[in-house]
Amino acid sequence: MLTTGHIIQGRYYDSVTLMNIAGKITELDGVQEAAVVMGTPENLAILETAGLLVAEFAEAGSADLLISLKVESGEIAARVVEQVVEELARTRERDEGTTDFQPRSVEGALETVPDANLALISVAGRFAAAQARRALELGLHVMLFSDNVPLEEEIELKQLGQQQELLVMGPDCGSAIINGVPLGFANAVDRGDIGIVAASGTGLQEVSCFIHNAGLGISQAIGTGGRDLSREVGGATSLAALKALGEDPATHTIVLISKPPHPEVAAEIERVCAEIPKPVVTLFLGSPRIVKGFPLFTLEDAARAAVAITRNHDPDSVAGEIEQSDHELKQTAARLQSELEPARLHLRGLFCGGTFCTEAQVVLSEKISPLHSNVPTGGALQLDDALASVGHTVVDLGDDDFTVGRPHPMIDYTLRNQRILAEAANPTTAVILLDVVLGYGANPDPVAELREVLIQGQVAVVCSVTGTDRDPQQRGWVVAALRELGVEVMPTNAAACRLAGEIIQLQEDTSCR
Amino acid sequence: MSIKDLFNRDLKVINLGLPSFRESLDSSGTASVQVEWQPPVEVDPAATHIIAEHRAEIEAANAKVVEIIQRGRPHLVGMAPARTVIPGLHDNLLLHAGPPVTWERMCGPMRGAVIGALLYEERATDAAAAEALAASGELEFAPCHEHDTVGPMAGVVSPSMPVFILKNLEYGNQAYCTMNEGLGKVLRYGAYSSEVLAKLKWMEGVLYPALKDAIAALGEIDLKSIIAQALHMGDEVHNRNRAATSLFYRTIAPAIVKAGDYRGTSGEVLEFINNNDHFFLNLSMPACKVTLDAARNIPGSSLLVAMSRNGTDFGIQLAGTGGTWFTGPAAVPDALFFPGYSKADANPDIGDSSITETGGLGGFAIAAAPAIVQFVGGSTGDALNYTQQMYEITAAENTVYQIPYLDFRGTPTAIDVRKVIEKNILPFIDTGVAHREPGVGQVGAGVLSAPLEPFRQAFEGFAASLDQTTKR
Repeated sequence: MLTTGHIIQGRYYDSVTLMNIAGKITELDGVQEAAVVMGTPENLAILETAGLLVAEFAEAGSADLLISLKVESGEIAARVVEQVVEELARTRERDEGTTDFQPRSVEGALETVPDANLALISVAGRFAAAQARRALELGLHVMLFSDNVPLEEEIELKQLGQQQELLVMGPDCGSAIINGVPLGFANAVDRGDIGIVAASGTGLQEVSCFIHNAGLGISQAIGTGGRDLSREVGGATSLAALKALGEDPATHTIVLISKPPHPEVAAEIERVCAEIPKPVVTLFLGSPRIVKGFPLFTLEDAARAAVAITRNHDPDSVAGEIEQSDHELKQTAARLQSELEPARLHLRGLFCGGTFCTEAQVVLSEKISPLHSNVPTGGALQLDDALASVGHTVVDLGDDDFTVGRPHPMIDYTLRNQRILAEAANPTTAVILLDVVLGYGANPDPVAELREVLIQGQVAVVCSVTGTDRDPQQRGWVVAALRELGVEVMPTNAAACRLAGEIIQLQEDTSCR
Repeated sequence: MSIKDLFNRDLKVINLGLPSFRESLDSSGTASVQVEWQPPVEVDPAATHIIAEHRAEIEAANAKVVEIIQRGRPHLVGMAPARTVIPGLHDNLLLHAGPPVTWERMCGPMRGAVIGALLYEERATDAAAAEALAASGELEFAPCHEHDTVGPMAGVVSPSMPVFILKNLEYGNQAYCTMNEGLGKVLRYGAYSSEVLAKLKWMEGVLYPALKDAIAALGEIDLKSIIAQALHMGDEVHNRNRAATSLFYRTIAPAIVKAGDYRGTSGEVLEFINNNDHFFLNLSMPACKVTLDAARNIPGSSLLVAMSRNGTDFGIQLAGTGGTWFTGPAAVPDALFFPGYSKADANPDIGDSSITETGGLGGFAIAAAPAIVQFVGGSTGDALNYTQQMYEITAAENTVYQIPYLDFRGTPTAIDVRKVIEKNILPFIDTGVAHREPGVGQVGAGVLSAPLEPFRQAFEGFAASLDQTTKR
């Protein structure tokens, strides 16, 4: 037997803790006796009586921790000392959530939940980047919901994310679904094997809901923020997300949604997609194309293609589906148009989702012109005054024209409701085209909001409802309630836009005759 | 953690901003924590930039400061009259609490204490004469802190007063503090009646010799060890010193009896200490002072080595900015008042005792002192929250001082001015409250947050000091 001593300087523990630890190590194989005490004169006297006082302890003070062991070998002693240190460290570990303490910073929060892995940041834009940087430095993935973050800061954050191999969703990332958890404005969708990368929040919502409603599910839906595919940002998040989904065994098919990127970025995206041994459905909204026989024009097209590919269906079956729905759509249009007075000629689209407003222009520009908007794309004309419709008008109510100092229109229906009443009272309005977005973050009861203003009358109201039956609002219930209010509810925004366009065309044809 | 790793784990979210997102996470059954975030303090952006640029240098300097604080070994080693030991003290110099202040700007209780000290030193025969002398320009006033000393409340130290001598055995520096007079009408609260002066004379003539001999007989007393144990016994050693005083009493009593027997005064000496729950305050304060002083003058450090008030101004000093005081107006504490008094009677915050918070004790350790939670809202949860919040603005957890109720977590130690500004969280201080008029004394006790202004000044002054070193 060998008696050894070990000193840990300047660490104070209470005697109960130390006796507990001593008790545990005495039970170990190869340990005959053990003492773990603070080096007070009293304790030194006790050690002496027990024959555990070693020469090294002569210089010890009462603030020093002494470990004294009677053991079979030096190896065992070393191992036991290591275990004591571990045990001591464990006594300082803290229980999670034993008090209702509210941390004031990301690092403070990490003390409460040490294994947190994502920071969801929605503070005012001018403070947001600093908080995101801190989160990344602490090893957290970031979803930056805040907008008005300067471009240079976005670039810096995404570079930092790249270095740290961390996801930087945003700034201005409205929606994401990570590991099945809806973040920000997002819907409750089933988990499945389709992954999404989206520069648009509502685009992500529309596609993920379509996939869920078609009976499939989402592996991950990663938001990038609207500027990610600009030349300056270079698609940093989109590329990282594509690579991660490419390597993710749970992802079978990938959908990428964005406005048309800068050509250099588009080339890089193509290059990365080509390396991914999985189907990638790439929709650049406003730049239609056909990929592997699937037409990619709208969000619905992208979602439909992803579902078909995942199910191993060929493009022909999709074409059949579209033909069928077009046929039904034309019948509906005829029915609604027949109820309109001839003087009612104009379309008024009032959107909460910015991407839906863009998609409306993409779909309608084929059928209707001129089209006006507060955020025109393609051939649409700029509205002089976002508050006053001219001819055929589609308005993004989530644009800065409307949102400064008030909640997003997905949450607060007041502004759009006022506008619905104004448009309905206008004798030239034929169709009011709306989007209703459900899910977490959105208004909890859109039907109650719309019931106030949707009085059965002279105008056709066409609406899409983006959501699922698992959402808190329950899509099925919302659709039925809106139909009861006389609203024509379509499965997607693209379909709602097509229907609205069809009605306007029929109406124009009638009045020309 | 790479992106792929994220996909393979349960999502755990830190939500900074809209609370509705947290509610969504709750309803989807996802673990999350809400950050009660506040915008940072508005400071000169150039200062923020300079400090960010020097981050590595600051971190290194701060690590050094933290190590010095952690290794500090404050011991009580003796007693002597102030004039014989306090560096620079002379017959025409009075020391006072807080940053520098002139007689003209001194608050009521500090003026009262100055009057009392001059009567005690027999430099004047009545209050009017003492006031005239104080205003004459013949006397000098200087902060205790600039003479290795700390004093509670008015903190007035005059040359004849006996002081404790503390030594930091690790670094060899010393600190000094007078003996605590007890509660009621006392000099530190600005009272100077004949009974106040009689007590001071008794302390000089009876208490001091007995204590001095007893300390000499014991050699030295390890104050760090007493403080560590007192935290386990319900003290935070600023507003509650009952356990620490008891521990000190147990340590010193036999030696007082042995050393003081022949004088026949042991009984009254022991009774005086025993009857004064705050006796140890005048040891916990210099214990913190002697620990923190060893960490002064470390260029590039953003950590505080002093927080102090003179009843007019609140001042702080950083390890990295030498002897510079950064000051702002002192606030009136939220307090529980003694019967017959209210906030209208209260003087703005006063005393060097916030050295305890600077050293990771007092308000920073309030979670260790459930007996005084009525000062912070009445529940132990409130006290825990105050202490936990202080971890947000400190650089370290004390390796010796611990909070039992936080599973023996070390107390939040070494305030970082950067964190105070970035997180907009101000240090939380326990305090006694003095009557605003001289001569009345204590009217209550309570808590307050340090004022923002000194920290804003310090942040910008610190940035300027970094900028200078760069330019050189």
